[in-house]
Amino acid sequence: MEWIKLIGIVIIVLGFIFKFDTIAVVVIAGLATALVSGMTPVAFLEGLGQAFVDQRIVTIFFLTLPLIGLAEKKGLKEQAVNLIKKVKGMTSGTFLSIYLVIRELAGLFSIRLGGHPQFVRPLVQPMAEAAAEAKYGKLDEKDKETVKAKSAAMENYGNFFGQNTFLGAAGVLLIVGTLDSLGYKVSGMDVAKASMPIAFIMIVIGVLSNVLFDRKLARKYKNKGEKK
Amino acid sequence: METFFNQLLEFFFVLIGLQLMYTAFKTFKDSNNSKRIGSALFWLDLGLLFMFGKILPSLVSGILVALLGVITLFKQFEVGKFTPVKQEKLEARAKKFGNWIFVPVLSLAVVSVALAMKIPESSKSAIGVAAICGIILAMLIFKSSPKEMVQESDRMVQAMGTSGVLPQLLAALGAIFAAAGVGEVISKMIGGFVPEGNRLIGVIAYVLGMVIFTAIMGNGFAAFTVITAGIGIPFVIMQGADPAIAGALALTAGYCGTLLTPMAANFNILPASLLEMKNTYGVIKEQVPITIIMIIAHIALMYFWAF
Repeated sequence: MEWIKLIGIVIIVLGFIFKFDTIAVVVIAGLATALVSGMTPVAFLEGLGQAFVDQRIVTIFFLTLPLIGLAEKKGLKEQAVNLIKKVKGMTSGTFLSIYLVIRELAGLFSIRLGGHPQFVRPLVQPMAEAAAEAKYGKLDEKDKETVKAKSAAMENYGNFFGQNTFLGAAGVLLIVGTLDSLGYKVSGMDVAKASMPIAFIMIVIGVLSNVLFDRKLARKYKNKGEKK
Repeated sequence: METFFNQLLEFFFVLIGLQLMYTAFKTFKDSNNSKRIGSALFWLDLGLLFMFGKILPSLVSGILVALLGVITLFKQFEVGKFTPVKQEKLEARAKKFGNWIFVPVLSLAVVSVALAMKIPESSKSAIGVAAICGIILAMLIFKSSPKEMVQESDRMVQAMGTSGVLPQLLAALGAIFAAAGVGEVISKMIGGFVPEGNRLIGVIAYVLGMVIFTAIMGNGFAAFTVITAGIGIPFVIMQGADPAIAGALALTAGYCGTLLTPMAANFNILPASLLEMKNTYGVIKEQVPITIIMIIAHIALMYFWAF
């Protein structure tokens, strides 16, 4: 009957599918898992409270919100658009590809660059959108949504597949430590090197998808008049 | 140094608490919000958790977290509406400030990166320091009043809505799952499907095990330990695979799972609300085809390169 412990996962999945209120779904999933595993409701509440407070760091980006709000109100996006318009021939896809490569290189040099609140919302997405609008004029809602999704996705791709190419990365240390505890000696350098091909493959696939996106935009908007 | 930055971090949490309480106050006074009492209570509750989290007994914090769920379950939460600034005004302001407008935003990136690199102990609180520097710079450059600053804080906090705290709540749920032993159960279940001696099936099980378990937990690190011990060692490494290569690929295979799951809220759900996307799952949807190609690449690479 051990599998009953997975009830929390079922609740989460169903909750997301039926679009129930997420906060309540998560709390209920936790409660159900705790109860079937023999925890008392009080122990569950203690565990939940402790874990939630311990994880406050995850929400520290709230401090950046006033800054982003102020800059947006003063025309941050509009200025990003002006800037991109000056660069001739820059397409949305090219710009996104450049960000992907920079993001992976930053990982290789262990520079903590990037982040959705720090880069994507204030800079990457407005610039990617501006590059397309400089070429084709106003995008429709659907394409704007795709530019947003792609901007966020590049950040994730670059971050995830670039970080382990640095031998001191947390992920590399985890692999070395776990394998060591299971009786296999490997070095951080070995793991970092072994992470490089997949980082490269990610760049190739990411760039390809950006090229396809550019072509799709070009096809769709070419008859609507070029605006330079 | 370590204690200083820990105290600084606690100070930042108090500031976030104040941000949230300001939003609670504004929400309470917002007569256009049909659920102003419940919504104000939500922000106040969250503000208390941030400000006093360290000194509250765990049981009290737990009750406060559960109360967040109760408020939203009974649909007593609604975010306020803000009139957007006119486009012409924004363009005029953009002309006025020119590229100076990027200075505070870039300072956010530059200060946090420089600080984290110079003083490794500061890495957790670096973004907080950078945010304060950025806000001060923004207020100087734009000649903004403190009042305008807190108004923007309120507007942005409300724009995030409940999904702003979702990553934190899911991280807490992960801790509950771990304590309940969910990981062991999954590892046993997947291990049961794999016949011994077949390298390809072993590799597929290791890669997919990482993808699925990471997608469920929203965290590749938690998955790696469990799945490597349960599947990676017996079915891949003991069949002769290079442990460094198999291990390295297993962790990035886990990250493929991260790209597919709403459980990894700070990578997938949060940016959707940060970018004000219509579809909460739009980022995940965009990532699905690329991720499938990456999963196949992981399987091929581990099978042909690790052995």
